[in-house]
Amino acid sequence: MVAPAALRVVRCGGRAMHGARAVFSVGARFLLCASGDFVKMYSVATEELVQLLRGHSDLVTGVQLAPHNRLQLYSSSLDGTIKLWDFTDGILIKTFTVGYQLLALYALPSSEDSVFVIIPKSGERDTFQLVSVKLTKAAGQDMEAKELSVVLEGVDASPKCTAFGREGEYVASVKDVNLQVYFFKQKQLNRFSLRATNKKGGNNVFTCVACHPQEDCIATGHADGKIRLWRNFNHKKEYTFSTLHWHHDKVLDLAFSLEGTSLLSGGVESVLVQWHCGSDCKRDFLPRLGSAIEYVSISSDGTFYCTSHTDNRITIINSNLRFSKTIQGLIKARDVKTGLVVDPRTKALVLNGEPGHLQFYCLQSDKQLYSLDIVQQEYIHQAGLNQSDLVRVAFSAQGKWLATVEEREETDLELQLKLWFFDEETQSFKLNTRISMPHEDHITAMCFRDTDEMEDDSLMLVTTGRDCVFKVWVILEDTDPEAQQSLSWSCDFVGSYHSYQATNCCFSEDGSLLAVSFEETVTVWDSSTWDLKCTFCHPPGKIRFMCT
Amino acid sequence: MGEFEVHRVRFFGLVPAGVRCMAYQHNGRRLALARTDGAVEVYNFAANYYMEKVSGGRERGGQGWRLFGAGLSGDITEYDLERLRPARAVDGFGGPIWSMAANNDGTRLAIGCEDGSVKLFQVVPGGGVQFEKNLDRQKGRVLCLSWHPSGTHLAAGSIDFIRVLDVHSGRTAQRIMVNCHVPKSKKRECVVWSIAFLSSGTVISSDSFGRVQFWDWERGTLQDSHTVSSSAALSLAVSEKEDSIVVGTSAGATYQFQLLPVKAGGQEKRWVRTKPFQHHTHDVRAVVHTPTALISGGLDAQLVIRPLMEKVQKKGYDAALRKFTLPHRRLVSCARKARLLLFQFSQHLELWRLGSTNKTGKDGETLPLSRMPEHLLQLKSKGPEHIYCSCVSPCGSWIAYSTASRFHLYRVQHEGDSISVKKVPGVPKLLLPAYQLLCASDSGRLFIASDRGSVHVVQLLEPGGCKHLHTLRPPAGTREAVYLLASSADGNWLAAVSGDWEVHVYSLKHFKHHCTVPTYSCAVTALAIHPTTNNLFISYSDQQLFEFSIPEKQYTAWSRAVQNSGLHKLWLERDSPITHIAFNPKNTSQVLLHDVYMLCVLDKSLPLPDDSAVLVNQSTLKQLSEPARRRQLHAFKICKKFQVGSPLLFADLLDERCLVTVERPALDISAQLPPPVQQKKFGT
Repeated sequence: MVAPAALRVVRCGGRAMHGARAVFSVGARFLLCASGDFVKMYSVATEELVQLLRGHSDLVTGVQLAPHNRLQLYSSSLDGTIKLWDFTDGILIKTFTVGYQLLALYALPSSEDSVFVIIPKSGERDTFQLVSVKLTKAAGQDMEAKELSVVLEGVDASPKCTAFGREGEYVASVKDVNLQVYFFKQKQLNRFSLRATNKKGGNNVFTCVACHPQEDCIATGHADGKIRLWRNFNHKKEYTFSTLHWHHDKVLDLAFSLEGTSLLSGGVESVLVQWHCGSDCKRDFLPRLGSAIEYVSISSDGTFYCTSHTDNRITIINSNLRFSKTIQGLIKARDVKTGLVVDPRTKALVLNGEPGHLQFYCLQSDKQLYSLDIVQQEYIHQAGLNQSDLVRVAFSAQGKWLATVEEREETDLELQLKLWFFDEETQSFKLNTRISMPHEDHITAMCFRDTDEMEDDSLMLVTTGRDCVFKVWVILEDTDPEAQQSLSWSCDFVGSYHSYQATNCCFSEDGSLLAVSFEETVTVWDSSTWDLKCTFCHPPGKIRFMCT
Repeated sequence: MGEFEVHRVRFFGLVPAGVRCMAYQHNGRRLALARTDGAVEVYNFAANYYMEKVSGGRERGGQGWRLFGAGLSGDITEYDLERLRPARAVDGFGGPIWSMAANNDGTRLAIGCEDGSVKLFQVVPGGGVQFEKNLDRQKGRVLCLSWHPSGTHLAAGSIDFIRVLDVHSGRTAQRIMVNCHVPKSKKRECVVWSIAFLSSGTVISSDSFGRVQFWDWERGTLQDSHTVSSSAALSLAVSEKEDSIVVGTSAGATYQFQLLPVKAGGQEKRWVRTKPFQHHTHDVRAVVHTPTALISGGLDAQLVIRPLMEKVQKKGYDAALRKFTLPHRRLVSCARKARLLLFQFSQHLELWRLGSTNKTGKDGETLPLSRMPEHLLQLKSKGPEHIYCSCVSPCGSWIAYSTASRFHLYRVQHEGDSISVKKVPGVPKLLLPAYQLLCASDSGRLFIASDRGSVHVVQLLEPGGCKHLHTLRPPAGTREAVYLLASSADGNWLAAVSGDWEVHVYSLKHFKHHCTVPTYSCAVTALAIHPTTNNLFISYSDQQLFEFSIPEKQYTAWSRAVQNSGLHKLWLERDSPITHIAFNPKNTSQVLLHDVYMLCVLDKSLPLPDDSAVLVNQSTLKQLSEPARRRQLHAFKICKKFQVGSPLLFADLLDERCLVTVERPALDISAQLPPPVQQKKFGT
């Protein structure tokens, strides 16, 4: 008899890939990104996962190529360690234990044996400092790295809010409305601050910072969508900046191109903007990137750009702003209203994805198989706008039919029940029937009659609603040869019980009986004649869930 | 019931003319500004940007220093800054003059003409200019000119090209086409609106495509090009150190460019566009770069002084943004007894009768009019000259005005509702022009301010005649003209301010100089003599207030107290100067002061506020209880109703119960301007 082991959770995927800026390997063959506790290495050419570096026991917060050996990689994590990897072979070379939570990692070619990390200041909540960590060269797998020296106090925890300037001569860090620049050689710290708001309603809070690779120029992004280019910041008073403005909302990340001739910026508009020579007039756009851009990075030879998005996607873009590849992880929808459903055909997990979309996520490969546009409406990125969302999903037994319910609540409720048929030819779902307002109120549950027979005429769908009825939908065959499609769905039966709200529904295994729960009562119906067979009362309390 | 019945007059249809060009004199810290209607104004920056001098000219053009003007008439005019009028004119013989530039040491003047010629003139030390030579002529009008700081070369901008001329040989040393880099489809003529020649050999041009371009003149190559606007970049100015330039565009924006090191400590420097400013709604036709500020003037008649914060040493008056639209002069005169207002425009005068009401109401209430204000008369001045000053007598039966060369006096006869005007014959030939006119309070005498510090006293005779009584002159003599006058109610005293800021008081009984007010180092903006105490109240452009007792020939005790305790900080930092002073006949301690944004009743019997007190506290005082109010009271009772879009041009007390204010709503001015350049705004 084996003693019952403690519950063990194995993380196998689905983690956010936008925890840190992704980096390209030398030659831009691979893309390395942090994903949960792992570092993932994707092939740029095929977008396949090539290597999975596991070893950290908490979120990975920074990934940087080792400056002196470009086949090695530093990673930092909240577990307080910096690990050095040989990423092509997936081998952990060294672990440096720092002992603090590490929130961001910067490795510079100019500082040979130390890296910079952001750690929480001990004793104070929500204050962070930028420190340099000396990495000992001694042999051995596990090392202690306790030689810390503070570079900047009071920095922001986000890795985007600190950047190192040309040849590591200075570091710039932004927090709220303050920019501080520290020159290493001169040991000079300059602080600049802006007014929090201006008369025209601007919001000057800094959101991100980037440094020009060859000139003394700092680009900062702001909460009102402005980008400021700071120059002459080695003078405390005679500093100057110019402003670029296209974004209408927060600038989320900035990156200079390799030579510094252009500047890339991204924000919630999901448009990558390329500014040329710091001029306001010349700019290029790559629009429709799907969702807000969290991070922008550039390969070391400048041939590829890469954007990490809030919907757990990484987009690889050619340097001429042509869309190239996309790597999609599990999308964390704002609200998973559909619950978790398994597609019987692909065994993929089906749930809310992008707004108005259904994502099919493969657990084994930790990859999104595809995304089905259910709502088929343009999604507008604006706060406070009510937009249609997907709330219920049900598959028939073989996955031949898919039923979806979407709703939009403005003053009245808008409901749509859509039935999708799996097209073998195109290997995707095709819209078969669209029923608007199937119920007068929210649909609470939905199920197909699961029969093993392949005949379509035995297939039926039951929906229950808060308008106190349940409805049975069946397939009708259209005899008109002119009709575009021969099959369509229509309502067959409407049942109710003492004007209680219908909450759940379930078929018996052979499909002969239908159980519908009405608040505290379960009713059993004959599925061929729709007679009420019997009722079970289950006080006290409403029935939450039901299954056979 | 309120304290005063207020006439809020809004029918003065003044539209200030747009700014055409500016010139700045560094060591005198004075700015000369020419408007599109030909008026030339001089601002003194040391005296809180006070508009010192105005001269009604006719031309448009650019200036050097001594002040020269040139315009489409083809003449070069030198302005006499003491007598405030054009002194001499020389014909350029090249058609309309589009541009003028003086070299660094001010010895030579270059003009660019319609026929494409660039001509050099020698500035004669005694006055005037003398033709020196013609430089190489090429077709196309010369729109802008700039001297190389060494004075050996001249850069000239025309349509589609820039030329660099060798001054010594007169040959064209370089010719640069500016519209090479424009796509064929968009090819249209490219007007080089402005040009600057740096000592490093870089030529900067701003053109109608909205570009600012930096050229190497010796090789004729483009070094750098910045597109600042989709419409034209009209004006350009370089700082003295040549490390910063300012560009004005037709969309109303100005941009600063700075020459910054690419790397800290490195030798390589690059021009970088840094700060944009949007203070204008229309074309920015002229910009000036002073060591501490960017100055821009536009077609919307605004003069904007934007300080460069990093160059200003301490926070103070110079560190704030200043905007001037309306002149610092009185353009309205008021006949108190007859309740008439005389409005002065550049070419005509308007006489209005105030409306009246027979109702009374509560404080703050608007009363219905029983008789509407009436436009009685319009007097057009003859010839192209601008009206320099005007006045109406308190009884309303005399109107006098003066242009640069002529003085006019009219007799107005009121017969019931009809009105007739007759020119008074036999006006004495006086030393002209007149700079200020003032009528004595009994309407019996007219005071005419003239140059060399003199004031003419003219007796007005019924039924329509006049006689020159006397000319008052300061004992020491001066070269500057008198620009402000004040007479006492009893007709005994007259105070006159000349351009050197000396205030002389004359006795009118004996036509004798009485005394001189101790000299103060700032321009007088307004002065008035109290009707009962005969104290002279003076306001200066640095916002200081003085009270001088004429009988005792010394400052009053109150004035000394003000100087000892100092005025409130906010009072001293105000934008615009006091332009008129009046007294409340009912309460001898009350003085009425106003500038463009506020009206202040100064009560000398109340304590002065210190810096910790709230200066503008009328609305909070209203909510306090009687004893608390008594504690908070201080001498300055300020009404700021005019702040928001409705500048105050004039305020005066008609009698002890009746106040008249003349406002000019900013919206009415902008409605008169042409539509601005269309610009796409996000979200519209």
